[in-house]
Amino acid sequence: MFIINCPYCGERDQTEFSSGGEAHIVRPKQPTELSDDEWAEFLFMRKNIKGIQFERWNHSHGCRKWFNVVRDTSNDKIHAVYKMGEKPPVNK
Amino acid sequence: MKNKYSIFSLIRNAFSSHENWQRAWRDPEPKKEYDAIIVGGGGHGLATAYYLAKKHKMTNIAVVEKGWIGGGNTGRNTTIIRSNYLWDASAGLYDHALKIWEGLSQELNYNVMFSQRGVMNLAHNLQDVRDLKRRTHANRLNGIDAIWLNTDEVKKFCPIINTSPDIRYPVLGGTLQKRAGTARHDAVAWGYARGADQLGVDIIQNCEVKGIKRDGDQVIGIDTSKGYIKSKKIGVVAAGHSSVLANMAGLKLPLESKPLQALVSEPVKPIIDTVVMSNAVHAYVSQSDKGELVIGAGTDSYVSYTQKGSHNIVEETLRAILELYPIFSRMKMLRQWGGIVDICPDASPIISKTQVKGLYFNCGWGTGGFKATPGSGDLFAHTIANDEPHKLNAAFNINRFVSGDLVDEHGAAAVAH
Repeated sequence: MFIINCPYCGERDQTEFSSGGEAHIVRPKQPTELSDDEWAEFLFMRKNIKGIQFERWNHSHGCRKWFNVVRDTSNDKIHAVYKMGEKPPVNK
Repeated sequence: MKNKYSIFSLIRNAFSSHENWQRAWRDPEPKKEYDAIIVGGGGHGLATAYYLAKKHKMTNIAVVEKGWIGGGNTGRNTTIIRSNYLWDASAGLYDHALKIWEGLSQELNYNVMFSQRGVMNLAHNLQDVRDLKRRTHANRLNGIDAIWLNTDEVKKFCPIINTSPDIRYPVLGGTLQKRAGTARHDAVAWGYARGADQLGVDIIQNCEVKGIKRDGDQVIGIDTSKGYIKSKKIGVVAAGHSSVLANMAGLKLPLESKPLQALVSEPVKPIIDTVVMSNAVHAYVSQSDKGELVIGAGTDSYVSYTQKGSHNIVEETLRAILELYPIFSRMKMLRQWGGIVDICPDASPIISKTQVKGLYFNCGWGTGGFKATPGSGDLFAHTIANDEPHKLNAAFNINRFVSGDLVDEHGAAAVAH
């Protein structure tokens, strides 16, 4: 349980948000040409990092907008928040 | 078996004020090389080592554990054992485990306090009723005991449940598996550790794996906090930390690690003599032999390795418990804790070879691994010893995420994940 600083609404309790999992997984540009291995990688395989993770969150009980969060999964400390389409403020 | 536990050893030791009991397992330093190494000294890892030594005669093996044995999810779960899963592959896997549970205390000469007190799953809406009835039929076709109870029968089986039609989620019926129940989680780890140790397995605690070494496609050893240990067969059973270990070997797994919480109340006199689970409102409750109510809560929605979990999850669970059991309204909760569970996209485990030769993973048990401990160990040992899966865990290979042949137990397994 922690506080998330929504880039649109400000600081709110984590219970107002929904986690969207790992960020920056790009949808394949040519889905018809993907092999089964590449589909598995896109759909299922996750870094599941213990440490600094880049992830997506949705303010589902607020403005309902998506944005990105840089969070340390070993202690739930948030290092940065940035909007969709923006460059990560910390090195990925 | 040396130091066999029996009524006679109990009496003999009583005469010396119980001061001469031998330690149950050794505390060895790691050798330079083993025929196989199991990473992770929880129930599944220790069971794997036990069956590798017992059934496959591999005795030059070690279990390495970063903390103390049974200190992870083995010691943190709500100890529910059942096998009423929907799909054939899952039914085969979990009932294999349940059959081993039925003789485990005798086999290990260690009382794991296996208690077949029954597990009841409640239905709270029409879809629940349809799903649970369907599962009951599927279970019986697979030879697994399951019966459907209507509301009155639920009340008769567990009288403290509030079956009033006026509550927010009324009880419309439920399923019962009578062979299901609970066991003492610590005793399972200790029993397997003692059994494995007596067969020559080195159990090395406080030994954290820092790296997995490969020579091309073949695994060759592990870097640990107690130095480098060589082995051409390495089985990883690390639950929430499986992805961390996979990354060390250059692999990625289809897992997300999340905190799952449980809590116990103050101890009270016997009040509930079975296990009642309700996935719709997320309330799991049973009573330990010490008298505490053992309550299972849900997972947090985000990846975290903090072993804590959020308060709102506990609040939701207790809200549901209070509606179903108004008699508990003045109970005090004694302890709350979290464990990190590794969840697969299809809510089924992975017991599998990997693309690296000699490296095996047993993971993805998510929120329900304890019940499978003996079966998981047995099948993983078979997979490691033969470099081929047993027919019961063939469906639980890692390639199912490429082929699409998933064992989708989300919602089908009588439990909310």
